[in-house]
Amino acid sequence: MKMHRRNTSTAPHRSALLAALLLALPLAATAQSAPAASSTSSMDMSSMPGMDHGSMPGMPMPAPASSTAKPAPKPSAKKARKTPTPAPSTPAFHDMDGMKGMDHSAMPGMDHGAMSDMSMPANPATSAAPTGDMSGMDHSSMPGMSPGAMQGMDHSGMAGVDHGAMPQKGQGEMTGMGAMPGMAMGPMQGGSPPPNARSDDYSDGVAGSPIQGLHMHGSVPVGMLLIDQLEAFHGRDANGQSWEAQAWYGNDENKLWIRTEGERSRGKLEDGDLEAFWNHNIATFWSTQLGVRQEIGEGPNRTWAAFGVQGLAPYWFELEATGYVGPSGRTAARVRAEYEMLFTQRLILQPEAEINLYGKNDPQRRIGSGVSDVQFGLRLRYEIRRQFAPYIGVNWVRRIGTTADYARQDHQPVLDRQIVAGVRLWF
Amino acid sequence: MNLFPPPPADLSRRRFVQGVAIGGAVAGLGLLRPSNVWALTNPGHPTVLSGTDFALDIAETPVNYTGATRLATTVNGGIPGPILRWKEGTTVNLRVSNRLRVPTSIHWHGIILPFQMDGVPGISFDGIAPGETFLYQFKVRQSGTYWYHSHSGFQEQNALYGPLVIEPDGPERYPTDRDYVVMLNDWTDEDPERIYAKVKKQSDYYNFAQPTVPDFFRDVREKGLSQALAMRKMWNEMRMNPTDLGDVSGYTYTYLMNGTAPTGNWTGIFKPGEKVRLRFINGSSSTIFDVRIPGLKMTVISADGQDVEPVSVDEFRISVAETYDVIVEPQDERAYTLFAQSIDRTGYARGTLAPRQGMQAEVPAMDPRVWLGMQDMMGAMSMGGMDHGSGHAPTPGMDHAGKDHGSMAGMAATPAPVVRHARTEYGPGVDMHVDMPRTNLDDPGIGLRDNGRRVLTYADLHTIGGPIDAREPSREIELHLTGNMERFIWSFDGVKFSDAKPVHFNSGERLRIVLVNDTMMNHPIHLHGMWSELENPDGQFQVRKHTINVQPAQRVTYAVSADNPGRWAYHCHLLYHMEAGMFREVVVS
Repeated sequence: MKMHRRNTSTAPHRSALLAALLLALPLAATAQSAPAASSTSSMDMSSMPGMDHGSMPGMPMPAPASSTAKPAPKPSAKKARKTPTPAPSTPAFHDMDGMKGMDHSAMPGMDHGAMSDMSMPANPATSAAPTGDMSGMDHSSMPGMSPGAMQGMDHSGMAGVDHGAMPQKGQGEMTGMGAMPGMAMGPMQGGSPPPNARSDDYSDGVAGSPIQGLHMHGSVPVGMLLIDQLEAFHGRDANGQSWEAQAWYGNDENKLWIRTEGERSRGKLEDGDLEAFWNHNIATFWSTQLGVRQEIGEGPNRTWAAFGVQGLAPYWFELEATGYVGPSGRTAARVRAEYEMLFTQRLILQPEAEINLYGKNDPQRRIGSGVSDVQFGLRLRYEIRRQFAPYIGVNWVRRIGTTADYARQDHQPVLDRQIVAGVRLWF
Repeated sequence: MNLFPPPPADLSRRRFVQGVAIGGAVAGLGLLRPSNVWALTNPGHPTVLSGTDFALDIAETPVNYTGATRLATTVNGGIPGPILRWKEGTTVNLRVSNRLRVPTSIHWHGIILPFQMDGVPGISFDGIAPGETFLYQFKVRQSGTYWYHSHSGFQEQNALYGPLVIEPDGPERYPTDRDYVVMLNDWTDEDPERIYAKVKKQSDYYNFAQPTVPDFFRDVREKGLSQALAMRKMWNEMRMNPTDLGDVSGYTYTYLMNGTAPTGNWTGIFKPGEKVRLRFINGSSSTIFDVRIPGLKMTVISADGQDVEPVSVDEFRISVAETYDVIVEPQDERAYTLFAQSIDRTGYARGTLAPRQGMQAEVPAMDPRVWLGMQDMMGAMSMGGMDHGSGHAPTPGMDHAGKDHGSMAGMAATPAPVVRHARTEYGPGVDMHVDMPRTNLDDPGIGLRDNGRRVLTYADLHTIGGPIDAREPSREIELHLTGNMERFIWSFDGVKFSDAKPVHFNSGERLRIVLVNDTMMNHPIHLHGMWSELENPDGQFQVRKHTINVQPAQRVTYAVSADNPGRWAYHCHLLYHMEAGMFREVVVS
C-alpha cells in the first residue's frame, strides 16, 4: 500500500526478484484442515473440500531431498505476533458482529474472480485476468468452491494451491500407509477425526468443582502491539517515513485485530490505511479475518469491507490474503508474504512481498484495475532484545498495468528502489 | 477474611537471600546422627523443621540472584522453604498463614491425603485468603522424599516451594551416614505473568539455539546438500522447531541448587568412605534437569519417594516435580561437582560434595544441544520396530529418512498399540498427531542417547514390593497430551481446562490411564491424591510414581486405584503448560 505515491527508478531486472518470491508463495499456501466441529456462526468449513491433503507433510518416510523442498535454511519463524490498541473508529458498513453473518447476499458486489487469483498468486499468467472478470462472479472458475459460503471462497483458493503444490505426494503415501494392517494412519497434522475417534468426555455426567478460585490462564485474553516497520525511506526522488503495525487482543479462539500501514512524505500523510478485524482461529496455523479497511491520506478515502485469511504456511512463510469490497462495486485484494532467515540468533533477514489488486480503475487514486503494484522488501534487523530490533533494508516498488500507465502520465516513476532504516518493536 | 490485609511483606521476617554472594553454608557439619544432617541454604535461618506441628508463613522476601533485587514469594523467608521433616504414622498439623496481598495455597506434592487437605484452590478448597491462616491436618501414611509448592497462579515460579522428607515408621531400607536434600529450581527476575504473555505472543521467545543459515551451510558442507535439506524438510513442512526442548530457558533463568546460584556453590560435606544419601527434588516450574556427579556412580534407591531396587547409574534425567534419592560413596579426599544441566543446555545448577567447605571440583562443560530425533516426532514409526526400541534410535536429522515401507512391514508384525485420537484433537489447538507412538521405557530421552554414560531410564526402575493393588485394571481412560507450540496452546485431547469437563473415576475401581504424547515436548503428568503405577509395554507393573514424564511421541500406561474419594487436580507439571490448559479435574466418587 505504501507504494502508491512512492517514486521509482528504473531497474527492470529487479522484477526477477519479485517473480522468484511470487513463485515461492504457492508452497506456502497449504492450509491446515479445518476443524471439524467448526465454531462460529457462518463459518462452514465443511465446504472446503480437500483441505486435508496438504497437511500430511512428509510424514511418511520422506524421500531424501525432494525437489520441491525449498532450499530454505530453516528459519524458525520468529514471528512476533500481534497485539492490541484501542479500537479505531471505523466507519464500517457493518459492525464487527454483523460481519460474522456476512454472506453473498449481503455483499452483492463481491468478486470471486479476484479472490481466486489472490489466493493463487503463483500463477503469474493469471495476474492480468481478473480485470476482465471483475464485474461478474464466476463460480465455475473456482474449483471446489461452495457458492454461498464466503469462507469457502477464502479457502478454496488455498485448497487449490495445496493440491497443485503438493500433488500426490501426501495422498499417495497415505494410501500406502493406510493399507498396512492394523494401523489407521491419519495425517500428522490437521485432518479430520477418523470414524472411530473417541470422545474426550470422561465425566460420566459429573460436574466440575463448585468451588471458586481456580484461575488458570487458558482462556485469559492476551494482547500485543507489533510495530513491524517504523522507518525512514530514501527513494530516488522522495524521502519520508512509513509504518506497518498490527495489534491484537483476545483469547486463543477470537481476537480483535488491527492493522495499519502508511507513509508520510514531504511533511504530510500521503497514503495509508487502517484495518480492523474479527480474527478467528480456524486451523492450527490459520485464522480468518473479517472486518473493515479505512483508507487514510490523500485522495478519496474509501471504506471497504474486508475478509481474508492469515497464517503460517509450511516452510514458515507468514501469509496474509485479504479481499475487499468497497462502495460502487469496487473490489480489491492484497496478498502479503513474509519470511525470516536467521544468520545468527539475533541477526535476522526478513524478506517481504506484497501484491495489490483492484477490480476497477480508480483514476482519483491513480490506481488501475488488475494487479496495481508489487513490492518486495529485504530488511536486516538485529534483535538487541526480542522486542527491540533496529534494521536497515531495501524496498522495491513496482507499479503494474494501468496503474503504471497512470504513473507515466503523471511523470512518476514506475519502479522505485528505496533504502530504508528503522526499528521493529513489540509489546 | 481480614478486612484489613497486612502489609505485603512482614518486615520482621524480611531477609535477604544472597544467592550469589553467600551461597549455601552447610550447618549440619559434624552432627552424628545422619538423619539430623541437613543442607541449610539460608544461613542463620532454621531451614529444617521437624515434628508434627508446623507454622508456615507465606510472605514476600527480597532476594538477589542476578545483581537485581526482586521480591520472592517464600515460606518462612527461605528459598527453598524449610525442609519439613515428618514421620510416617503421625498426624501433622500445618498452620499456613498468608501474609501476601493475594490468595495463596500449599499443595503437598505426592502426599496421599484427604482431598480437602490437598491445597488446590478451586478444586479441593477455597485457597488461603490474605491475612488468613489455614490448618492442614492429616495422617502421614507414607515415607520418602517429596516437596510442597503453591498451587496458586505463578507463585511456584516465584519461589513458593520447599522439600518434604518423611522418615519411615521402621528403619530406613538403605541406611546412610549422611543425608542431604538437593533441591533444583529455576529462578527468574521476570514476572512469571510476563513470561507467560511473552511465549503466548512469540512461543520461541526464549529459544536462542534455533537453526540458522550458517548451520544449514555447515550441514551442506559436512553432509551434502540433499541430506542437509532432508534434515530440515519435515520440520519446515510441519512448522515445528527441532530445537524446541523447553519453553523458558537460561536466557531468563538462574538455576538453583538448594536456593543457591551456581557461583554460590552449595556444598555438602562428607568424609571419604561414607555413604551419602542425596535427595534430588526438581522443584522447577519449567526446567527438566540432567544430573550427574563426575567421578561418582550414583545408586538410585528411590523414585518419587518410593523405594526401588537399587540401580547404579552415571546420570539421570529428573523431570519437573519428580524426586530421586541416590546414594553415593565418595572414597577420595576430593571435591565432586553436582552438575544439573537443563535439558535445553542453556544453563545448569551446580553444587559440590567435598570433605571440607571451600573445596571445589571442575565444572564440566554442558553437553551439546541436539535436535529432536525422529522418534520424538513420529514415535515408533521412525524406529525399526515397536517395543524393542532402545534408546538408540536415530538421533537428529533424518538418517532414517530413506527407510520406509520395509521397516513398516516389520513393524506390522508386532501389534502396534491402538491409538485412538479424540474427536476434539482436530481443532486449531493441536499441531500434530502421533498414530504410532513409541512405547518403550528404555529411552533416556533427547540429549542423553548414546552419550557414553549409563543413564537411568524408567525401564530401570522397579518399585520394591510391587503394586499397591494387584487387581487388573477394569477399564481404560485414554488421554492425549496435545498442544499447538506456535500459538502456545496446551491441552488434553485438544481441550483446554477452561473448556473441559472433569474426568470421573468410580470410587474403588482400579483403572488404567493411557497417555499418548501428541507433541514434541516432554510432559511430566501429575495425578493428585492417588499413585500412578507405571506399566511396562507389556502391561506389567514397573514403578510407582506421582509424576510420570511422558516423552515426545511416546505412549505410556499406568494403573490407578481410585481409593481416595474427592476432587483432584491432574495436570502437566510444566507450570506454563498447566496454566495454558493442560489440566483436568479428576472426581473420584
